[in-house]
Amino acid sequence: MDGKELLTMRHIKKQFPGVLALNDVDFTLRKGEIHALMGENGAGKSTLIKILTGVYQMDEGEVRIEGEKVSIHSPQAAQNSGISTVYQEITLCPNLTVAENMFIGRDNSLFSNRKKYEKRADELLKQLEIPAKSTQQLGRCSLAIQQMVAIARAVDMKCKVLILDEPTSSLDDKEVNMLFKLMRNLKSEGVGIIFVTHFLEQVYEVSDRITVLRNGELVGEYLTEELPQVELVSKMIGKALDELNSLGDPDETKKVSDEVFYEAEGLSSENALPFDFKIHKGEVNGFTGLLGSGRSESVRAIFGADKVTGGKIKIKGAQVKITKPIDAMKHGIGYLAEDRKRDGIIAELSVRENIILALQVMNGFFKPISRSESEAFADEYIKVLQIKTANRETPVGSLSGGNQQKVILARWLLTHPDYLILDEPTRGIDVGTKLEIQKLVLKLAEEGVSVTFISSEIEEMLRTCSRLIVMRDRHIVGELKGKELNQVQVMKTIAGGEA
Amino acid sequence: MKRVKALLLVLTLVLSVGLCACSKDSKDSGNGGSTGKTDEKIKVGVVNNPASESGYREANVKDMEKVFSAENGYELKTFYSQKNDDQLKAAQGFITDGVDYLLISAAETTGWDDVLKKAKEAGIKVFLFDRMLSVSEDLYEAAVVSDMPKEGETAVNWLLSLNLPEYKVIHIQGAMGSDAQVGRTGALEAQFTSGKMKKVVQQTATWDEAEAKKIVETVINSGEDFNIIYAENDGMARGAVAALDAAGITHGVDGKVVVMGFDCNKWALKELLAGNWNYDGQCSPFQAQVISDIIKGVKKDYAKKIFSEEKGFDAKTITQADIDNYGLGE
Amino acid sequence: MKNKIKNVFSNGFGQLTIPIIAILILVIFNLIRDPGFFSIELTQNNDGNNVLAGNLISIIDNASELAIIAMGMTLVTAACGGQDISVGAAAAIAGSAFVKILSNAGTDGISGGLVLAAFLFACVVAMLFGAFNGTLVAVFKIQPMIATLILFTCGRSIAYWISGSATPNVASPIIDGIGRIIPGVPIPTPVLIVIAVAIIFKLVFHFTSLELLTQSVGINGNAARVNGINSTFIKILSFVILGICVAVAGSIGVCRMGQVSHDTLLLDIEMDAILAVAIGGNNLGGGKFKISGSILGAYIIQMLTITLYAMKVRSTDVKAYKAIVIVLLVVIGSPVVKAKVNKYISRLRSGRIKASEKGAGRT
Repeated sequence: MDGKELLTMRHIKKQFPGVLALNDVDFTLRKGEIHALMGENGAGKSTLIKILTGVYQMDEGEVRIEGEKVSIHSPQAAQNSGISTVYQEITLCPNLTVAENMFIGRDNSLFSNRKKYEKRADELLKQLEIPAKSTQQLGRCSLAIQQMVAIARAVDMKCKVLILDEPTSSLDDKEVNMLFKLMRNLKSEGVGIIFVTHFLEQVYEVSDRITVLRNGELVGEYLTEELPQVELVSKMIGKALDELNSLGDPDETKKVSDEVFYEAEGLSSENALPFDFKIHKGEVNGFTGLLGSGRSESVRAIFGADKVTGGKIKIKGAQVKITKPIDAMKHGIGYLAEDRKRDGIIAELSVRENIILALQVMNGFFKPISRSESEAFADEYIKVLQIKTANRETPVGSLSGGNQQKVILARWLLTHPDYLILDEPTRGIDVGTKLEIQKLVLKLAEEGVSVTFISSEIEEMLRTCSRLIVMRDRHIVGELKGKELNQVQVMKTIAGGEA
Repeated sequence: MKRVKALLLVLTLVLSVGLCACSKDSKDSGNGGSTGKTDEKIKVGVVNNPASESGYREANVKDMEKVFSAENGYELKTFYSQKNDDQLKAAQGFITDGVDYLLISAAETTGWDDVLKKAKEAGIKVFLFDRMLSVSEDLYEAAVVSDMPKEGETAVNWLLSLNLPEYKVIHIQGAMGSDAQVGRTGALEAQFTSGKMKKVVQQTATWDEAEAKKIVETVINSGEDFNIIYAENDGMARGAVAALDAAGITHGVDGKVVVMGFDCNKWALKELLAGNWNYDGQCSPFQAQVISDIIKGVKKDYAKKIFSEEKGFDAKTITQADIDNYGLGE
Repeated sequence: MKNKIKNVFSNGFGQLTIPIIAILILVIFNLIRDPGFFSIELTQNNDGNNVLAGNLISIIDNASELAIIAMGMTLVTAACGGQDISVGAAAAIAGSAFVKILSNAGTDGISGGLVLAAFLFACVVAMLFGAFNGTLVAVFKIQPMIATLILFTCGRSIAYWISGSATPNVASPIIDGIGRIIPGVPIPTPVLIVIAVAIIFKLVFHFTSLELLTQSVGINGNAARVNGINSTFIKILSFVILGICVAVAGSIGVCRMGQVSHDTLLLDIEMDAILAVAIGGNNLGGGKFKISGSILGAYIIQMLTITLYAMKVRSTDVKAYKAIVIVLLVVIGSPVVKAKVNKYISRLRSGRIKASEKGAGRT
C-alpha cells in the first residue's frame, strides 16, 4: 500500500425529486487499498457508486482519477476511465463460456480469434487463482466463480478502481474466502477496491479503510484497525448499541408451549430429501447450514413452494395435505421466500397491492378486499413496520431492499399466520432493520405464533431461536437446544465436528 | 394432477388434430371416390381452391362436381388447397394415377412448368379454369376464364346507358392488385380520366363489407354529393347500402343512389329483385360445362383462351328464374 | 378532475398521457382541416327512425368490435405476456355459430329468445376455443402467438364448416336492433354494447380479485405462485374472457351486415387489437394494465382510419400512412423515450424550483 491517492471525489451532491441523496460527500480511494463503503439502506452508498459508474450524473462536485479531473457521463465513460463494477446480481451471460464472457463486447473486429482468447483467459484465471476453465459454460459455474469471472474481466480491462457491490451475499464461507484471496491479490497489484457489504465481520477481515455514510452525508473515514466493530455500527445507525445488547441473552431458556402446531414425517419435495420436523406453538426454531445444505429447500417443502413428493403432515394433530402454497396458506402458514426479487415482490405493483396480496389470495377470487379496506391495511403496516415509502401507491420495486422485505413481511403478517417461515429475512438489509425484524420475530412468538427463522448470520439465529436444526448435504445432522446454542457448537455441527 | 395433465395433453392433441382435419376437410373428400367401373369412365383430376375460399369458389366446386359426375360418364378426383405447393404435389399424383384430363385452378401463377410438361409427356390433356398460369400456351389444351376487364366494361356500359345528367361515383375497390380489382377498376377509371364521370372517392375496402360501410359513411359525413356506388363485390355493396340506410339516403330503383355490385350471390340478386340495388355483374364460376363439351367433342372450334359468358343483371329486368340459374350460394 | 388533468402533464408520462395526446392531435388536425368534421346531426334513416350521424358517431360506432376485443386482449396480454392472434378467426367462428342457430329457425321465426340463445351458443363456442388456446399457453407453456397461430390458420375454415355455405344471411328487426339502432334510441347499438361491456369489466374487477391476480401473474409468475395464486387458472381464464369478448364482437359484426362472411368478418382485427393495447400504454410483455387505455387505443385507430378516408388518401397508400402514425405512437410510448422525456421534465422542474428559490431569496 503506497498510499497514493487513486480516486478522489469531492463535494458530491445529488438531488432526486423530494430527496437529497448525497450532500457534500467526499470519498478517497488510495492505490492498493480495500476500502469498505458502509451505511444503512438509504445512506447514499448506491447513489455514490452509481455516480462513479456513470449511471447517475452528479449535480455538484468533482471526480479525479490519479489527480486528473474526469467526467463520467456514461457507464462506457466510467469503464474508459478505469472504473469497473461487479454487481450483486451477475450481469454476465450464463449461456456463453467463461472466455466469451470475459471478452464479449470488447473486441471491435468482426472475427475474433477464439483460441487466442481462450488461452488468454486461462492464463488470467490461473494467475488470479480462479478455479475455472475458459471453455466452461458460465451458467454451469457456481455464483462465486461467476462473480470471480466478472472480476477477472474487469482486471483484464486494466481497471484501476474495482467496485464490488455486495459480492458475498450469496456465497458460502469457503467461496467468500476464495473471493477475499482474489481481492488481496489484486490489492497487491495496486488496484483500488471499493467494497460494499452488510457483513461486518467481512469488513474487518479484508478492508483497510472504512468510509461511513448516513442519510446522504459523510460521517467519516477511518482506518479499519482503529475502529472497533461496535463503534462502526453505532456510527452507521447513529445511536449507541445498548439496544443491540438488550435483545435478550442467548443462554436464557425460552419457554415453549407443549402444543405441537406442525408436524411432518418423511416430508420430501423435488428438491428436498425426506425429513422429519415439528414445531410447537409459539416456538422460534431455525434451520442452519451452509448454502446448498438444504435448509431453504426444506422450508419450501413445508410450504409446498416446491413440488411435494411425499410425507405425512399434521397440523394441530390432524392429518392434512399440503402440496401447493395455497394449501399451506389455508392452514395458517406464511412463507417469506429467500429470493425476494424472484419469489417475493411484484415489483410494478404498489406497496398497498403487495401487502394485501396473500390475504386476497386466501380470501378467494370472489371476495376482493375493497379499496378502502386495503388502504387501511397498508397504512397500518406501513406505520407498524415503519416502511419508508413515498406513499402506499408507490411501486414496491422502487423501494430499498430493506423496505421491500418489510412489505413482504407485512403481507404475511396481514394473514395472521399461526406459523410463519422466514427464509433469510435480513439479507441485504441494514443493521437497524435487521434488529427490528428480530424483535418482531420474538414478539410474534410471544403472541403464540410459531416461527421458523433462517439466516446466514448465525449470531442472529442464536439471538432469536430456541432450537436450531442443522443441515449438511441435504440431511438434518443435528438439533441444538438450550446450552448447546452457542456459536462454537453450531460451527462444529455444521462442519461435522460432532463425530 | 399428473393424470389431469395427461388428460389435457390428450384433449389438446385430439383438438388440434380435429382442427387440422377441419381445415382440410374438403381437401380429399373426392379422392376416394373411385368406383369399380373404371373401364368406360373418363378420368378427370381437378386441382382447385377450397370451397371455403369464397361464395364464388363454393359454386365453382359444386359445378365441377355436378358436371363431372358418374352419371355423365366421368370418374372425378379432386384436390382442394390454397397452397401452391400442395396443389403441385396433388397434380403430380393425378398424373401418376393416370387420369385422362387434368383441370387446374392454381393458387399461384408460377411454378407449374414441370408438372404440365410431365402431363404432356404422359399424354394427359390439361385445362386451366378460372385462373391463368404463366406457362407456354402449348402446355395446355385450353383455358376457360372470366374476363374481368370485360365485366367492368359491361357494368360501365350499363351505367352509361342510364343516361344520367351527372355521374358522381363512390368507387369501392377490392383487395388491391387482385385480378378482380384490376379488371373491374379499369373501365371505370377510364371514365374518370375522360371526365365523363366524377370520382367522388376511390378507396379499397379489401372485400370487407364493414370497411365499405365506413368509406361511404365518411363521404356522407363530409356532405359531398354522390349518386352512384360502384362496389367491386356484393359484400362491399351491402356494406355501402348499410351506410345509406343509416343516413336515410334512398337507393336502388327509384332511389337517389344507384347501387352496383359484382359476383351475383343469390342474396344479392334478391336485393336486385326487390329493387334495393340496381345492377349486379356476373363473375361466372361455371366453367365445367364448356370443358366437358370440349372433352366429349361437342365443342370443336375453340380458342386457347375461352372467356366465360358473363352477364350483367339489371334490377328492372331480373327475374326469379335468373336468381335460380345464376345466383351463387343459398 | 382538474387535478387529474394536471397530473397527466406535471407527473411526466402516465400510462394514458400518450393516447390522450394522440387523440387531441388527431382532433385538432381534423378541426383545422375541416372545422365541421366532428359536427353531429340528427337525421332519419331509411326505416324512419331518428339517428345521430356524423364522423364522431362513425368513429365510435365502427370502433365497437375493436374496442371490445381490445379489452379482452388487454387481459390476455397482462396475464400471459403475449397476444392472441386468432381473435379474427375466432370471431368468424363465433359469428358463424350465431348465424347457425338463427338460420335454423327461418326468417320469420327469429325471436328475442332465439337471438339470446344464438348469442349464448356463440359465447360457449368462443369460450371453448379460448380455453383451448389458454390451455396451450398456460399448461404447455407455448408462446401465446405460436399457440394461437393454430386457430389463426384454420379458424376461418372452421367458420365455413360451421356455416356450411359462404355467406349465410339473417334478417330480422332484432338483428338490426343489435347491429344498427334500436328504434327510438338515436345512438348506434354497438356503442351502447361497448359501454355495457366496459361496465361489466369494471364490475368484474370490483367484485372479484381478477385485476390484482392477473397483474401479479403477469409481472412475477414465481412470486404469484409462491403466494398461492393458481396462475394456470388465471391465464386460461383470461383467454376464456377474451373468448366472450370475441363472441360479442363477432355477433355485432354479423348483426351490422345481416350476414356472416367467414373470410372477411373482422378481418385483420387481431393486429389492430394488439396495437390498441400497445397504444393504450399497456406493456405487451405483461403485467400492469389499464383497460381504459386499450379502449382509447381502439378509438385512436378508428379515428385514424376515418381521417385517412376523409382525406381521400389513395387506396394503395392508406396502410402506409397508418403504419407511419402507429410507429410514431408506439415509439413515443416506448420506455426509452418515456424515460428521456421524464428526465427532461424533472430537469425542467428542478430548474424551476431553483429559480423560484432564487426568486424567494431576493424578496
